[in-house]
Amino acid sequence: AGQDVGRSCILVSIGGKNIMLDCGMHMGYNDDRRFPDFSYITQNGRLTDYLDCVIISHFHLDHCGALPYMSEMVGYDGPIYMTHPTKAICPILLEDFRKITVDKKGETNFFTSQMIKDCMKKVVPLNLHQTVQVDDELEIKAYYAGHVLGAAMVQIKVGSESVVYTGDYNMTPDRHLGAAWIDKCRPDILITESTYATTIRDSKRCRERDFLKKVHETIERGGKVLIPVFALGRAQELCILLETFWERMNLKAPIYFSTGLTEKANHYYKLFITWTNQKIRKTFVQRNMFEFKHIKAFDRSYADNPGPMVVFATPGMLHAGQSLQIFKKWAGNEKNMVIMPGYCVQGTVGHKILNGQKKLEMEGRATLEVKLQVEYMSFSAHADAKGIMQLIRMAEPHNILLVHGEAKKMAFLKDKIEQEFNISCYMPANGETTTVTTNPSVPVDISLNLLKREMALGGPLPDPKRPRTMHGTLIMKDNSLRLVSPEQALKELGLSEHQLRFTCRVHLQDPHSDTDTLSRIYSHLKSVLKGYAVQHLPDSTVMVESIVLKVSSSAEEPDLKVVLLSWCFQ
Amino acid sequence: TNATDALQYLLNFARKPVEAESVEGVVRILLEHYYKEVDNSVRLKIASLLGLLSKTAGFSPDCIVDDVISTLNNDKSKQVLAQLLDTLLVIGTQLPENIAVTQRLIDVACKHLNSTFFGVRNKCLQLLGCLGTVDKPLTKESETGASASATPPRDVPSLISDYFSDQDPRVRTAAIKAMLQLHERGMKLQQTVYNQACKLLSDDYEQVRSAAVQMVWVLSQLYPESIVPIPSSNEEIRLVDDSFGKICHMVSDGSWVVRVQAAKLLGSMQQVSPHFLEQTLDKKLMSDLRRKRTAHERAKELYTSGEFSSGRRWADDAPKEKVDTSGVNLIDSGACGAFVHGLEDEMYEVRIAAVEALCSLAQASPSFAEKCLDFLVDMFNDEIEEVRLQSIHALRQISTNITLREDQLDTVLAVLEDSSRDIREALHELLCYANVSTKECIQLALLELLKNLTKYPTDRNSVWKCLKFLGARHPTLVLPIVPELLSTHPYFDTPEPDMDDPAYIAVLVLVFNAAKSCPTMPALFSDHTFRHYAYLRDSLSHLVPQLRLPGRKQVAGTSSETSGVGAGSLESAQHFLQESLARVSTLQNLDSPGAQELLHFTIRDLQRLGELQTDLAGSADFCATYLHCQLLLMKALQEKLWNMAVPLCLKQNAMASTAAQQILEETYKLEFLYSGLESRQVATIHNVRLQAKALQLILIARTKRGVEPLLALCEKFLQEVEAFQRLFITELPHFQDSFVEKLLELMPRLVACKPLDLVKILQTTLRQSRFIHLKLPEQIHRALATIIEPTGESDNPLRFTSGLVVALDIDATLEHVQEPQTVVKVQVLYPDGQSHIIHPKPGDFRTPGPGRVRLITQVYLSHSAWTEPCQIEVRLLLAYSSSSSKLAAPKPAWNESMEGLPTSENLIEGTINLSKPVKVFIMPKPARR
Repeated sequence: AGQDVGRSCILVSIGGKNIMLDCGMHMGYNDDRRFPDFSYITQNGRLTDYLDCVIISHFHLDHCGALPYMSEMVGYDGPIYMTHPTKAICPILLEDFRKITVDKKGETNFFTSQMIKDCMKKVVPLNLHQTVQVDDELEIKAYYAGHVLGAAMVQIKVGSESVVYTGDYNMTPDRHLGAAWIDKCRPDILITESTYATTIRDSKRCRERDFLKKVHETIERGGKVLIPVFALGRAQELCILLETFWERMNLKAPIYFSTGLTEKANHYYKLFITWTNQKIRKTFVQRNMFEFKHIKAFDRSYADNPGPMVVFATPGMLHAGQSLQIFKKWAGNEKNMVIMPGYCVQGTVGHKILNGQKKLEMEGRATLEVKLQVEYMSFSAHADAKGIMQLIRMAEPHNILLVHGEAKKMAFLKDKIEQEFNISCYMPANGETTTVTTNPSVPVDISLNLLKREMALGGPLPDPKRPRTMHGTLIMKDNSLRLVSPEQALKELGLSEHQLRFTCRVHLQDPHSDTDTLSRIYSHLKSVLKGYAVQHLPDSTVMVESIVLKVSSSAEEPDLKVVLLSWCFQ
Repeated sequence: TNATDALQYLLNFARKPVEAESVEGVVRILLEHYYKEVDNSVRLKIASLLGLLSKTAGFSPDCIVDDVISTLNNDKSKQVLAQLLDTLLVIGTQLPENIAVTQRLIDVACKHLNSTFFGVRNKCLQLLGCLGTVDKPLTKESETGASASATPPRDVPSLISDYFSDQDPRVRTAAIKAMLQLHERGMKLQQTVYNQACKLLSDDYEQVRSAAVQMVWVLSQLYPESIVPIPSSNEEIRLVDDSFGKICHMVSDGSWVVRVQAAKLLGSMQQVSPHFLEQTLDKKLMSDLRRKRTAHERAKELYTSGEFSSGRRWADDAPKEKVDTSGVNLIDSGACGAFVHGLEDEMYEVRIAAVEALCSLAQASPSFAEKCLDFLVDMFNDEIEEVRLQSIHALRQISTNITLREDQLDTVLAVLEDSSRDIREALHELLCYANVSTKECIQLALLELLKNLTKYPTDRNSVWKCLKFLGARHPTLVLPIVPELLSTHPYFDTPEPDMDDPAYIAVLVLVFNAAKSCPTMPALFSDHTFRHYAYLRDSLSHLVPQLRLPGRKQVAGTSSETSGVGAGSLESAQHFLQESLARVSTLQNLDSPGAQELLHFTIRDLQRLGELQTDLAGSADFCATYLHCQLLLMKALQEKLWNMAVPLCLKQNAMASTAAQQILEETYKLEFLYSGLESRQVATIHNVRLQAKALQLILIARTKRGVEPLLALCEKFLQEVEAFQRLFITELPHFQDSFVEKLLELMPRLVACKPLDLVKILQTTLRQSRFIHLKLPEQIHRALATIIEPTGESDNPLRFTSGLVVALDIDATLEHVQEPQTVVKVQVLYPDGQSHIIHPKPGDFRTPGPGRVRLITQVYLSHSAWTEPCQIEVRLLLAYSSSSSKLAAPKPAWNESMEGLPTSENLIEGTINLSKPVKVFIMPKPARR
């Protein structure tokens, strides 16, 4: 996902561990470019040896679409981590994706249902805020991310180094999900999505109000409302919005939901109540918000029923399927309305009507007159620029890496981040590697005796906010670090203590004998150094404190005395 | 004994009260145990007991300060130390004026501040916060600690602020709280703390941040005008603006507790400059680096350009000008969009706090009110009902400052279809106060309200009331649409609408109220409108005002008459009230001739006055009832029966005893039904009550044989007299020559003498005692309740199967009832004499305005089968007990039970009818088998 949207797959090497974050596909391609280039990791053979774990942030196909391909066809047997809702919903979507590609488009060399099942067996579920120990050193922890049901941000930690990967997230709560939240974990790198790097969005309330008002007006006029949606995510939000509105306003017009995929998914939404927002969590004891009272399953024949109704139908861009069929039926009546809740790709019917086209050419040369009202309403669940900044402020990372966005927009956000937080920010392209050097702190065990000795020396009380120097011996042994007093170190290592002495020879011309010279030096020193203990020892040496003086002379030149000074290091 | 036993014993001991005199002894014993004890937990418990004991009223804890301090110096356990400091804190707060003790305690606190245990540091800081003073430097500090001796003597705040950077978050919190405590005690904090507090705003721990927000707010209130520099640039701004920006920042904090607090505090920062204030609503939208207009702005523009929002174009919100990249500051430290974030927050607590803050800021600034209108209107669509309700209330409060545009009104009115009654009624209330700009708005509002009326017919009263205000506020806007509203036609007669149609009444209410201040309007009325006016004026007089109608002499005549009483006569009525009271007060003796007559007339006058002058109804009623009591008493005493033998005057006896009973009831009404009474009036009422009781006693003594039952009654009576003395000791000077005073004088004799003598004495004092002049307090309100629903007019019985329950909706308004949640009950009276008293849930009471309470509840009825439908009576009751009287002693604390007040006897419970009974037709059918 470097500098583009889709095909999210990020490799992180941290503290000697390799982790793959997300394993998505690209919607735009139908050839090999659709999946990430796994040969980047290794040219031949399986990936198991090269990866310690795979983490999937949420169930959107651009984040998990390539998972069965990677695990079964390329070959990976290690753990795959995802949250419970993701684990539940992901296979449904993968299966659907497989059906479309294989059954409809007739592609071969694609993964099979069995592969999806096998792949799912490798999944280890995660709970929010649960720290999972992948192995002895690597641990991961999931945070709530909003966006879709079960979306998570993951913190990966090895020793004192850590990375946070956000996946897709949303900082503004919506009707069914809460806002992303993370604690001040100060990771070394924050890998954040940047879909809306250059957008600051308007208040959500206006959009919701507009939406409800338009639906309500049409219903009151006796018209029919068609809302083309994708099966998961926004559809549920809009359902709840309409459901509560119907409840509040005591409306009677029926709301239908096209069957199939969505029904199954709705079931999971009902189950994973803990992943939704405050309101739903608090009221589900009385009534589960996803048990819709007013929303019923749609049947093909209902489209011709008289009277007002609201229909949610897939797919979202009106390019095929049920939504297009219904659209064709209703397009002729100006009382009806179609509301597009999301973006439409160029070339689809949705795009055409949004641009105000009044006559559509259908297959078979028939033209369709569009008389119904067309509304556009953006309900998006990505964090906007302000939300991204807010998350950065929450987590206080040391470095930031932008992914999942367009290059130009990223550049803008990068500048902003560097300017605002004064931290470095990266935006690698696909295939590019960014290296961030960290300054890891190495924990060292310190012996109690040494600490006590340090305390006894006095000085200010220990203050954990300030570094402090002290003497000791560092022992690196068996992969552990210890700081002990020198004596103990010697004892442990079985070494004897060496004393380091510095010596210096001074040549004197003196006719006296050695002993005389020495005694003269002694008496001189004694007179000069009043305050010090000067001793004349019987083995013909003079000691001034710990400094030793010795006088010797060679046989050849008796007059030339060599005075040997020796002192130890202090 | 072992530690667990000791602990158990101490725990039991803590539950028992200790008398003030013996506290010191107990403390000594405890301390003795303390010195001997080795177990930490037992010592801890003893220390906490010491604190508890020193709270005992009437015990001065300064004698144990020394002991506690000495133990403090000897103890080793950290937990015990912390507890001992806590005890000292209690002692210190008990002795705020004892400066020597305070100073000592502060020294102790300073000494222990560098403890390694966080609990000890916490308590020390708390001590400093509660006892420390700002101005006095800590002189003795230099002797206490080795580390402190190096620094020059410092004052408490700077010492506390050192701990702002403590390693333990709990200590940091305690330090900030101690600082705040200093502030609460009236010490002026230094501005230098501000920077430190700001730094703490980005602490890792939420409790620290939460306290720091509070701190920053306090400082911003203390030094709003001082100038602080902006870091990273050399500009300077006012401190209040700076802190406003910082607190706004906290609205997007990670912890919702902090967010709630920040949002709440924002509301109270009134001095902030408007420039900053307006930024809170502006998120600086942009899309792909282009500046985008908000939907609100677009709506406004569309509106001003005359075209209504169609939203048909996809690229409607296409960005306009290109934004200068460097100028866009994504997360600037300003107040940008704080409220937008707050209102969109996940937790409804935050949203409610934000709405409240918006409301209070908007009340202070009309221009801000204009701006935040759109946001409040958006909140009408929140998912949580409380938030919706709160935002409607907020809008109502600021609506005097704003005028609604048509599109805004449209959104507001959409909420009228809400299925929640509270929401709808709040919205009606809002519309009562709202200003609208055009006649289309009026039409729209009327249309929506009528729609509401057909959908929810129970809203009738509320809708009518709403239209009344709407009409009265916008006469000029109503004028051009009158013909349309009344569907009159210049040439043709239109059919006369149905007078009973609530919708038609609604329209008429709107028109008539507008016509009040618009004299040209009646000319547009057709004949039947005038007739309907006369009818409505009578039947719904509170909704339809007096109109000056041309050619309607009889209406005009009555109007002038009533308006004469209504308008400027408040003073004269007041005067009249005073005068009649004065007249009555000339009555010295109850026996004087003509006294009865005078009382009769005065009572009648007062009652009529209360009917005419609603403002004085409370006072007038109160006086009338009081005088009625006097009158009854007078009559009872005047009877000749006192001179006759008992068997001869059974009839009079019975009369007198009913009179006594009635007086008793009336006195309870006087005491509990009226609010705004002062202690003097209550004493007067109690005096009358005692008189009635004395009368009862005498009557019983005369009719009953034997002394035994009398003995107990006399005892009780004397106790009541004593209670009176205790309660109203301060009021006694006003009671010269009164019954009570005389009784109290005779008290020593009364206590000693036999019951029969006592009765005799009572008899004479009763007859001799003087009538007490009632002095009116400023404002008396009579508690009043009206049951709006059920109306009692229905002929269709409510049918249900016997043995099962049926829910009856009750809707009533209460006025001037204090603490309605506890005192108001619903009584259901069945024809067979069964009566049920139902306590409504506290949640059923809503307060739409000051002094007014709305009770919307359901009562469950059930009965065995009847052969035919019959009526039951439903009424509201006011429950009282003398302990709920304001004069009763405050709730006894754990150690106050030895006061010797036999509480059970002092407690009189009963109920007073609060409303007229409403009849409901019900029919329990026998169950089918």
